[in-house]
Amino acid sequence: MIDKKLLQKGSLDELVKKLKSGGTRVFAPVEKGGKVLFDEVDSAAAMARDYVQTTLSAKDVILPRCEEMMRFTTGQGTVTMEKAPDLPPPAVVLGVRPCDARSIAVVNAVYLKDYNDALYKSKIDNTTIVGISCAKCDEYCFCTSVNGSPGDTEGSDILLTEVDGGNYLAEIVTEKGKALAAMAPELFTAAGSEDKAKHLADVKVQFDLKAVEKKLPGVFDGEVWITQSLRCIGCGTCSYVCPACTCFDIQDETDGNRGVRLRCWDSCGFGQFTLHTSGHNPREVQSQRWRQRIMHKFSYQPDQLQVTGCVGCGRCSRACPVDMNILQHIKDIEAQ
Amino acid sequence: MQDKIRQKARELLSSGAVKVVIGYGEGTGSRVRALFIQRPEDADRLIMDERCVQNLAVYLTKHEVRAIGKPAIVAKMPVIRSINQLAYEEQFNEGDIAVIGISDSDELVDLPDLTSVREYAAKNPLLLTAEERAELDKLETMTREERWNYWLEELSNCIKCYACRASCPMCYCPRCTVEVNQPQWISVPAHEIGNVEWHIMRAMHLAGRCVNCGECTRACPVKIPLRLLNQRIIADIAVNFGQSEDYALAAFNPNDKEDFIR
Amino acid sequence: MEEKNVYQPYLMRIAAIIDETPDVKTFRLEFINEEEGKNFKFAAGQFGEYSVFGEGESTFCIASSPTREGYIECTFRKVGRVTKALASREIGDTVGFRGPYGNTFPIDQWKGKSLLFVTGGIALPPLRCVIWNALDLRDNFKDVTIVYGARSVNDLVYKHELEEWGKRGDVKLITTVDPGGETKDWKGEIGFVPTVLEKAAPSSANTIALLCGPPIMIKLTMPVLTKLGFSPDNIFTTLENRMKCGIGKCGRCNVGKYFVCKDGPVFTFAQVNQLPPEY
Repeated sequence: MIDKKLLQKGSLDELVKKLKSGGTRVFAPVEKGGKVLFDEVDSAAAMARDYVQTTLSAKDVILPRCEEMMRFTTGQGTVTMEKAPDLPPPAVVLGVRPCDARSIAVVNAVYLKDYNDALYKSKIDNTTIVGISCAKCDEYCFCTSVNGSPGDTEGSDILLTEVDGGNYLAEIVTEKGKALAAMAPELFTAAGSEDKAKHLADVKVQFDLKAVEKKLPGVFDGEVWITQSLRCIGCGTCSYVCPACTCFDIQDETDGNRGVRLRCWDSCGFGQFTLHTSGHNPREVQSQRWRQRIMHKFSYQPDQLQVTGCVGCGRCSRACPVDMNILQHIKDIEAQ
Repeated sequence: MQDKIRQKARELLSSGAVKVVIGYGEGTGSRVRALFIQRPEDADRLIMDERCVQNLAVYLTKHEVRAIGKPAIVAKMPVIRSINQLAYEEQFNEGDIAVIGISDSDELVDLPDLTSVREYAAKNPLLLTAEERAELDKLETMTREERWNYWLEELSNCIKCYACRASCPMCYCPRCTVEVNQPQWISVPAHEIGNVEWHIMRAMHLAGRCVNCGECTRACPVKIPLRLLNQRIIADIAVNFGQSEDYALAAFNPNDKEDFIR
Repeated sequence: MEEKNVYQPYLMRIAAIIDETPDVKTFRLEFINEEEGKNFKFAAGQFGEYSVFGEGESTFCIASSPTREGYIECTFRKVGRVTKALASREIGDTVGFRGPYGNTFPIDQWKGKSLLFVTGGIALPPLRCVIWNALDLRDNFKDVTIVYGARSVNDLVYKHELEEWGKRGDVKLITTVDPGGETKDWKGEIGFVPTVLEKAAPSSANTIALLCGPPIMIKLTMPVLTKLGFSPDNIFTTLENRMKCGIGKCGRCNVGKYFVCKDGPVFTFAQVNQLPPEY
């Protein structure tokens, strides 16, 4: 049962300050040298305002680009495990878009299914998501084609929508959201009859997701992957800016006899991702790797995890150095 | 120019002289993307304007592109320099590629073979612009600590996506140094030391080879000014070894200065 | 709330090292924490991630049978960073082990059937766990036939066990080496595994075949098995792919929609034939 409240214009800043004073870390989009990235903030005033989408997602907060899995010291044939690092303080991520909030379901599906990834769970459990609805979109956005929408509450603990007067309609969606609001109940006043819909961007549906899902297995062996991927240079940008990409590498690093096992982001776009030590590579050419990206998100994950691995945020297409536009590519596949 | 390129592409494809023309076409919104034209009737998709800056030479060492057959490549000056450097490094032989050259003054340049490419590149040496020098000077006037902190701050955004490497025509190694794990010369993850190691290593491996096309900086999703690292080295090489087409790190001369030995 | 870290390996002591070939070793590993050892259970077909702390992890099947408690065994070839580091370990050293991961051979469903093992070189280890599992429960099965070959006598692994199996009255063992790989006193067959299998022509009646080997061997052996009357859902294999997490999260071992680490590594050929060639 979503509770609708009003967060007055200046209250957002007060909320951030209240959270900070309680020891909670607050992450929000900030402008950094011409790009908008998530960073820790001390006040809402630091938040970037006029943008459609951030360059990097907020994934770093729950799935850091590099994190410690364990620490150890080695001796003459011996190994001693060291105490795990303390959990970081609770976090609030403020200003994720509804598409980003929906990506959490994808990450949960991968990390919490069967084997419970405690490294991840400890972070997501300790993180509250305060989303902000989208008043604008651009030609890269396609949330509505993947079952999302610019005002979708799914995945947000509280969803803010900027309404008239610069105030926010605050939809308190989950228990976590309730707990957050309870930290500063005076800031969440009664909502009036704010018309949320009129403050949302118009994101037209561009393809039939179910049709694409159905079509994909049949075009696995098609030429379309080769033609689509000729200009792909095989970097990891698309995977790394994507909030729904979860693949990782494990690397041991040592300094003398002290060592650490690290988890870091990895990408199926890299040639080395599937390379066997023998030199054999099941995905030898870029077209196979490009196909893997699309199949994984739009066919395998829906089939195996009942989630679509793409939320239509458009980051991959905006950031891609060679303009591999995933929306166009999906539409091409639909038209096959 | 656009029409001349389309005409040239049509001719090369119809005559069978090349199997694919690598050029520029309309992308998303006002973006431009690399195009691989294989049929003469598609040549009209090729465009040429001030937005066409991606260094297409990166595709000349990709086996997916080479597998199509002999390519022609639309080449503005930085691309011509890249082709010259790749030829110098024996990444292709005479007759392997055709070049549709475009001068800095927007004229079609006839470059029928790699020798002519080398001559043309020699006549148009790589020189840093005044603006570029000014940027380098700004860094140079910082104290060592200020400069180190500047780079730590910039590199803190690095996510190790390797877009810089992937977009660079000179980074064609089948197994990059960072991918070697016996031993693991430099770290893989995107932590502070890993990022510093990576960018310093790559800049060093490009010393004397980088053509200052700026693709690395354009490709970087978080817009780290990587170009500055390469430009610093270009400036240093010019000072220490003079302006020469020889590959600075592999061409030894008894008269080379040895000021760095203290 | 402290949840167990799924990536935390068991600490294992190397109890024995056998040099199988110049570059292949078998380790017998015992749990340093005896309580963990007592509680540890696995089934034939499962694999683990074996750590050298500071170097990394490597994926090998558990090559010993679940009927033998108190230890696990793995057999590996020295090819890369981690296996080279493992190969330089000594008896008594500590290594890590995460597992057991993956699905299992449905041995319980094979009661009363005959078993045919066809394998070569270093592909014998994944099947060795099943062989010992079956031999330890010998009465559950009818005929047990093993066809095993390698490039040369030197490349045969588990040489002592081959002798043991050969001497048992209740196993039909056929070993072979490639032409030119024989030694003067070699008493086994000379020829490639598919040829030797065809010559031996074991019955397919009420028999389960387990086939494991390099792609070329699989390619040439499948037609022979088909000729002998085996259907693809009675031929089992174990696939391998590059792995890191072993638990279906790092995303790299998938063959189509299936993860080799979770939906495999054990597959029937009926299943394998449905998969894209991504392994």
